[in-house]
Amino acid sequence: MEAVGRAVRAFGHFWVDFLVGDTPELFVAMLVLVGLAFALRHDHVVAVVLLPVLAAAALVGSAWRGRTRPSRRSRR
Amino acid sequence: MSATIVLLLAVFGASCVESVEALTIVLASGTTRGWRSAMEGTVTALVVLGVLVGGVGVPLIHYVPIDTLRVVVGALLLVLGLSWLRKAILRASGHKAKHDEDAIYQKTSESLRTDGAPPRRRDGVGFAVAFKGVFLEGMEVVLIVISLGASQHKLGDAAAAAAAAVVVVTAAGLIVARQLSSVPENTIKTVVGIMLTSFGLFWVGEGAGVHWPGSDLAIPVLIGVFAVVTAGAVTLLKAQVEPAAPAGVPAAGADERAAS
Repeated sequence: MEAVGRAVRAFGHFWVDFLVGDTPELFVAMLVLVGLAFALRHDHVVAVVLLPVLAAAALVGSAWRGRTRPSRRSRR
Repeated sequence: MSATIVLLLAVFGASCVESVEALTIVLASGTTRGWRSAMEGTVTALVVLGVLVGGVGVPLIHYVPIDTLRVVVGALLLVLGLSWLRKAILRASGHKAKHDEDAIYQKTSESLRTDGAPPRRRDGVGFAVAFKGVFLEGMEVVLIVISLGASQHKLGDAAAAAAAAVVVVTAAGLIVARQLSSVPENTIKTVVGIMLTSFGLFWVGEGAGVHWPGSDLAIPVLIGVFAVVTAGAVTLLKAQVEPAAPAGVPAAGADERAAS
């Protein structure tokens, strides 16, 4: 029974780590993109433009968030 | 046709990246704990991964509505592709340490040596390390194979592309004898990340009912868009690296996690 619990926890941990990991903003972006795709499914032109633009913005924003910030000394 | 080629290339590339990482661990296990246990651990993990592809992928194709499947696997591919691309951008721009296979090999070998001398016949430690290395690195490949294969009803082709990558990397690894650090892993990861993101976005749209202009031909266009965005992001972030940091070395305070 304990082994089953451990396996379930490990399975859940794997998925949380896989989907969210250290980039929760990308997980949120994915949810937003899926929601938008359904919301705009009757407005193809807007969807075809907006979905790639938002995905690209999420990517650049997340990479920007993960960059190394210059130390105070080097900024002077 | 174009979607199938991109699918096969994406699976092949992703499998190459993960195979290099797994092979590093297997080589470390084999050279320090003995080849028999390392090989047994590797083969067992490959069999389990193959059963997962068949056991999960085939029912998905037959019992889940195609549009639902496309949205779900598209979302998975989108998250995976964006996170691979993010890492590749940070590594290429010098904000994150590059994946160093030599360092991983040394570290794994040293930790295995401290576990004492291996027994003459079977070695549980060597088996476990090789099994875990191959299984964990292979799980992402399994997800990609199932996602791409199931959403296009080409599970067999996707699995064959993954198997081909394992064979190619293993052969190359044996020939170059541990010089796995020379594999341009970040470049491959960038290309595959672009493909996975493009596929993911395409399937999410298709599954939700959005009609992409040109149908499958939209995939190469999306690949082009994300390639340009990635190149732009690398250029933008390169300008943000501390001037004191030598080329290729992440600046102080950089996220040093080199794990994939």
